Amino acid sequence: MIDQHREAFREEAFELLAELETALMELEESPEDIDLVGRVFRAMHTIKGSGAMFGFEDVAAFTHNVETTYDHIRNGELRVSKEVVDGSLAACDQIRRMVTGDPRDEDEEERILAVFQRLLATAGGKIATAATPPPAAAAATAAATHPGNDDGSLTTYRIRFVPEPQLFATGTNPLLLLDELRGFGPAAVTAQQGRVPRLEDLQPEQCCLFWDIIVTTARDAVSIRDVFLFVEDDCELKIEVIDNDARADDDLDYRRLGEILLARGDVTAADLARAIDSQKRVGEILVETGTADRRLVESALAEQEHIRQQRMTRQAKAETASIRVAAEKLDVLVDLVGELVTIQASLSRTALTRGDADLLTISEEVERLTAELRDNTMGIRMLPIGTTFSKFKRLVRDLANELGKDVVLTTDGGETELDKTVIERLNDPLVHIIRNSIDHGIEHPAVRKAAGKPGPGTVHLTAEHSGTSVVVRITDDGAGLDPAVIRAKAVEKGIIAADADLDPAEILSLICAPGFSTAKAVTDVSGRGVGMDVVKRGVESLRGTLDISSTPGQGTTVTLKLPLTLAIIDGLLVRVGTAFYVLPLAVVEECIELSQAEMDRDNRRRMVNLRGEIVPYIMLRELFRIAEEAPPIQQAAIVDVDDSRVGFVVDEVIGSHQTVIKTLSRIYRTAREFSGATILADGSVALILDVHGLHASALQADRRRETHSTVDRP
Amino acid sequence: MAKTIMTADDSASVRQMVSFTLKQAGYDVVEAIDGQDALHKADGSRPAMLITDLNMPNMDGIELIRNMRAKPDFKFIPIVMLTTESQATKKQEGKAAGATGWIVKPFNPEQLLAVVKKLLG
Repeated sequence: MIDQHREAFREEAFELLAELETALMELEESPEDIDLVGRVFRAMHTIKGSGAMFGFEDVAAFTHNVETTYDHIRNGELRVSKEVVDGSLAACDQIRRMVTGDPRDEDEEERILAVFQRLLATAGGKIATAATPPPAAAAATAAATHPGNDDGSLTTYRIRFVPEPQLFATGTNPLLLLDELRGFGPAAVTAQQGRVPRLEDLQPEQCCLFWDIIVTTARDAVSIRDVFLFVEDDCELKIEVIDNDARADDDLDYRRLGEILLARGDVTAADLARAIDSQKRVGEILVETGTADRRLVESALAEQEHIRQQRMTRQAKAETASIRVAAEKLDVLVDLVGELVTIQASLSRTALTRGDADLLTISEEVERLTAELRDNTMGIRMLPIGTTFSKFKRLVRDLANELGKDVVLTTDGGETELDKTVIERLNDPLVHIIRNSIDHGIEHPAVRKAAGKPGPGTVHLTAEHSGTSVVVRITDDGAGLDPAVIRAKAVEKGIIAADADLDPAEILSLICAPGFSTAKAVTDVSGRGVGMDVVKRGVESLRGTLDISSTPGQGTTVTLKLPLTLAIIDGLLVRVGTAFYVLPLAVVEECIELSQAEMDRDNRRRMVNLRGEIVPYIMLRELFRIAEEAPPIQQAAIVDVDDSRVGFVVDEVIGSHQTVIKTLSRIYRTAREFSGATILADGSVALILDVHGLHASALQADRRRETHSTVDRP
Repeated sequence: MAKTIMTADDSASVRQMVSFTLKQAGYDVVEAIDGQDALHKADGSRPAMLITDLNMPNMDGIELIRNMRAKPDFKFIPIVMLTTESQATKKQEGKAAGATGWIVKPFNPEQLLAVVKKLLG
């Protein structure tokens, strides 16, 4: 490319030299012709300027004095003489040699240079010995990279950019300058409207705004000044360092608002003192009294916030130093905190019943501390999910090789934190889902090409927080799921009836049914029939949910929603007889009342009409064989079990309850109706209900009853 | 749609280099050999930016900038002057005429693109 431009310059130079010679001959005839002088000057100028651009520095340096001479002639400080013309013609010859690349005649060059130096001296002009071209365009490098602080340490600058009103007249777009600064690092930009006049006085072609910018960057102040290079003369620019990494006082609190405004010169010390005297928030007062414009105050607040953020990041960095602790120790800690939460609840209750104000104050304080302690302890057990993600890279690579497919794993949100236990137990389900994606989802490269997709398939793993849950998504850009195939398979396997009326989402969820596998050939990887049902159960054992969506031909997305922690859940406390139970609040959709009359009316079919939908219900009283008399009005919690609704009928729904989960001892391991226990504020124990297990038991009990009734029938 | 940039320079090699660099970066380029040519072509090609040399026959860069700014269509477009003179006087003259910025010759393609990006976005 450079060669091509050099060649273009060479051709141009020969043309210019020819033109120069003609012009010089004419000039000898009519030395007073100022147009001719102009022509010669421009030709010399172009040879010099373009020469320097395309690597002919020698040409540029040599031509410099000749050009300057003609500049003087142009300005009437020198006259065209035979000496000038002779020298110029000789110079032309030398330039031609340099451009052609012929060996240089240095004696002749010296002689010519001496001639022009003498000429320039008589003009009283400075003898420009400039043998070197001007330093490589400092101006042009303005926007190019500028060395920053070598050590990459960050400095925060406060910049006030107040352009002249006629800024737009030179075609400058200030927003581009601000964007350029934003490119330097995290920045807070506040537009100031203080100079904007009333609408009728507003000149739309004038720039009335000015800006306060706080930016944290590794670049130096010169780079920042360079951003404003072209407008330097047309603006008021103030650049100050307000914070940097080298500062030792890692005090999170930056200056107070008043101090910032004072340092910027937006208010005076007296204004500030007056404002502080009136004992309101400084910002409000300054705005109310009209001392400072609201935007000025907001800008100062932005600076305060920016620095605070910056220092927090820095502190966080410093604290990455960590210690390793055995996991069991953490488990013990969590257990202890759990017990503390329980005791605290009982303390609060006692304090409330006593009505002792002093005790109440103490108990409230303990409650606050306990809550903080609990959150912090849970936080310790949190790990970024990224460690698991990175393990899958290898898995994907090996699997893809084995199957002769080309698959790339991309991940997002690896920094999302989840309870250690959840992460560990999530591993197997994730492995299986990814296997499915690669084996069943992603097509062979040839098939992909035929479908117009890029050769390598992509499996994308993402994790993100959503309230108290974490959502993990596994997306592939493979063939997607074919509802017709799934349906046919499900019918064939006897999972659904041939005429079952299912919507597309229901059909997709069939692949999670036990004993389902759609792979036409059983491969090493998946398709052994222990597929998605195992995955689904695994996820549900973590109290998570699994959703599948798919667009045929474009890919499949499996969405897992998981609780942040297994140690504490939001529960719904209910009572049956004298016993208390906890339902996981996440699966409870609503609570309704059921009168005995209603239950009698439905002829013991155990169905309730819920706004047109028939919802079956399970009587916990019966299931747990509780003998006590049922109240006249019972309540039912409508719960989502495997995408269908089931009501659990209890005596009373008490309310939500922060439930610290205690695992049941091994004796109760076979009790699938319960997933754990918790201790209530009064010290009594409440069992945590496992809705899936309960549902299964109730179905079994139902079947038994039906069998019995058939047998009993006369 | 690609933005159009006009380059006005009497040096064919500079024009070629500017044009080549900008086209590679995805801009449309209109070339003009001097100020008069540029002014003549501006109305038809409606450039979003002008890069002009200062020393040109027929109409020089300063005059061209002044004439462009007088047209409502080009009142606010970025105009960059190419100059071998790094002296403040020439720059001042150009700025007074309405130039947005300048590039001092010699310059390389990266420097040119940096300035275009800075002023045109």
